[in-house]
Amino acid sequence: MDIFLQQLINGLVLGSIYALVALGYTMVYGILELINFAHGEITMIGAMVSLAVINLLIGSSLDLPGVMIVFMGVLTAIPACMALGFVIERVAYRPLRNAPRLAPLITAIGVSIVLQNAAMLIWGRQYISFPPIIPIYRYEILGATISNLQIFIFIFSALLMAGLIMLVHKTRLGRAMRATAQSPQAASLMGVNVNNIIAITFILGSALAAIAGVMVGAYYGLAHYYMGFLLGLKAFCAAVLGGIGNIAGAMLGGLLLGVIESLGAGYIGDLTGGFLGSHYQDVFAFLVLILVLVFRPSGLLGERVVERA
Amino acid sequence: MKYSHLAQSLIPLLCLTMAACGKQDNTTSTATSPGAAATAQAGGEEVVKIGAAAPLTGPQSHLGKDNENGTKMAIDEANAKGITIGGKKIRFELISEDDQADPRMGTVVAQKFVDQQVKGVIGHLNSGTTIPASKIYSDADIVQISPSATNVTYTAQGFKTAFRVMANDAQQGKVLGYYATHQMGGKKIAIIDDRSAYGQGLADEFKKAALNGGAQIVAHEFTTDKATDFMAILTKIKSVQPDVLFYGGMDAQGGPMMKQVRGLGLTAKFLTGDGGSTPEFIKLAAGEAEGAYSSLPGLPLEKMPGGKEFGTKFTAKYGQIQLYAPYCYDAVNVMIAAMQQADSVEPAKYLPKLANITYDGVTTKISFDEKGDLKDGMITLYQVKNGKWEVRETLATK
Repeated sequence: MDIFLQQLINGLVLGSIYALVALGYTMVYGILELINFAHGEITMIGAMVSLAVINLLIGSSLDLPGVMIVFMGVLTAIPACMALGFVIERVAYRPLRNAPRLAPLITAIGVSIVLQNAAMLIWGRQYISFPPIIPIYRYEILGATISNLQIFIFIFSALLMAGLIMLVHKTRLGRAMRATAQSPQAASLMGVNVNNIIAITFILGSALAAIAGVMVGAYYGLAHYYMGFLLGLKAFCAAVLGGIGNIAGAMLGGLLLGVIESLGAGYIGDLTGGFLGSHYQDVFAFLVLILVLVFRPSGLLGERVVERA
Repeated sequence: MKYSHLAQSLIPLLCLTMAACGKQDNTTSTATSPGAAATAQAGGEEVVKIGAAAPLTGPQSHLGKDNENGTKMAIDEANAKGITIGGKKIRFELISEDDQADPRMGTVVAQKFVDQQVKGVIGHLNSGTTIPASKIYSDADIVQISPSATNVTYTAQGFKTAFRVMANDAQQGKVLGYYATHQMGGKKIAIIDDRSAYGQGLADEFKKAALNGGAQIVAHEFTTDKATDFMAILTKIKSVQPDVLFYGGMDAQGGPMMKQVRGLGLTAKFLTGDGGSTPEFIKLAAGEAEGAYSSLPGLPLEKMPGGKEFGTKFTAKYGQIQLYAPYCYDAVNVMIAAMQQADSVEPAKYLPKLANITYDGVTTKISFDEKGDLKDGMITLYQVKNGKWEVRETLATK
């Protein structure tokens, strides 16, 4: 039982990171019906930028506490990624808004490759370790171990997601986003500046991605130029699982996918009698994607969505 | 309608991603124009091409670059010395290629070398790339010396052209298994490997030796050579409470794994092979590497004649040695020594000399057995103390 609990904790922490990244996919899809394939790379840039700042601060003569340094890293990564998200939308997607469906998808992949290679040129190709400056405390709960970092990741993601839901449902901006999602034409006739709303959506998604990037970096203690690739793909699967375009769906999908992966990797060996081993961990996300697309293409929460944002 | 759109756009998307996976980091650092004649005459000087293959992109790129530097240093030194073979002054030219640690790219790179008529190959770094490439070199009669491929299969295929200047998995696994059961007091041992030719090969040999040593294997879990999350398998391993945890794989996974091992409150002693015996391992373990063990074939550099000098020269030029640079340096030098003995740069002529050579390298005394494996290899065990790998002891592979 304690093992099951531990796997569940591992899965929920991993899942809350997936959920944060999945939100970026789902928000953009909700409004533009575009899969922003460069989203995973924005996460990577977030991790890299924060790491650069953190290393700079550690190297400097300022004697700041570890948590403060990481906080500064996050505070730099967020605007950097917001700007990046804005520029990507402006340069790669807006000119193609009325082009055939495939065109923006291809530019999305193009942007993703450009970002990866840019990161490789700037930060090099090796794994960069995240300095262990946050003091880690571990707690035992019913035989399972949980660290303060894990608790923080889980609670902070939950708060961010709650904040996003509030924003979408309770504010003028949120209303404009929902209106744009339903019909850009109608929204613009009602005085909503659709271009601005789309830009804001990208910026918001990128800010969440930046935070997720720092979390991944701090959690695993490393960052590298293609870390966004698989993370992005998995978050995308999570978004589809929850029902792409649906914000609550992305959160549910992310958490579920994290748990499925964790439990899957933990038990697949025993369940298949050793035929399939735990190195098939990454397969689960894509297995889920295929199953969802075959049996429930609208995702878990995606049926008859009235509100998307 | 919306969801059919989604499905519609997914199919080309998947195709594109697959293509992107294979292509995105395909950079090479070839210095020459391909297709140029192999032995171009340049003012009475003969240019001899030597191929070097290692992953220069991806998680193991720091190791690949290290190999490239080790090879380059040996070649630069040979050129500076001005070696004359067959009455001609020889200038060696390094052609370095990125095989991405990917078996498929390994064969592509090998074919490239064959087309460029290189006279010898230093590589590849990984067993997974070395083995499929070795057939291509054998068919083209090109001598291949791997500085670091340890999988037993490499030299067991009967290829006359295949050599290595590193102990194989059977030799290293045996020593590791002995060490784990006798020196580290391992009774209940858990194993993780990355399912690569190297990781799996080493883990299997280790397992045999550990069982021979009277230990019980309580778990054998798997990961990949690109993974960063080991929480699920480590949680499973924690439940069987091993006293020693062995990892067969490279430092890019070993380091982060070490961090997660301690993060889960797993207190087992951590042991890994040559792939984890790097400063990078300690860096990636982020403060949790203390006490970890690793092994590295050969003697510690400072104990070898010329080893210390190599270390100083290399560090001054390229910075810290990662792992296999001294082995690459030895591989090039032993190849050139064989060419000098045969007074020919043609693989067919110098191969018999190489097979019977005795050469004092910076890592060990090099001579090959009939398969092309290193004779009487030594294995040195290291342990992390105060954030540095320190020598524990050197054991013979017999």
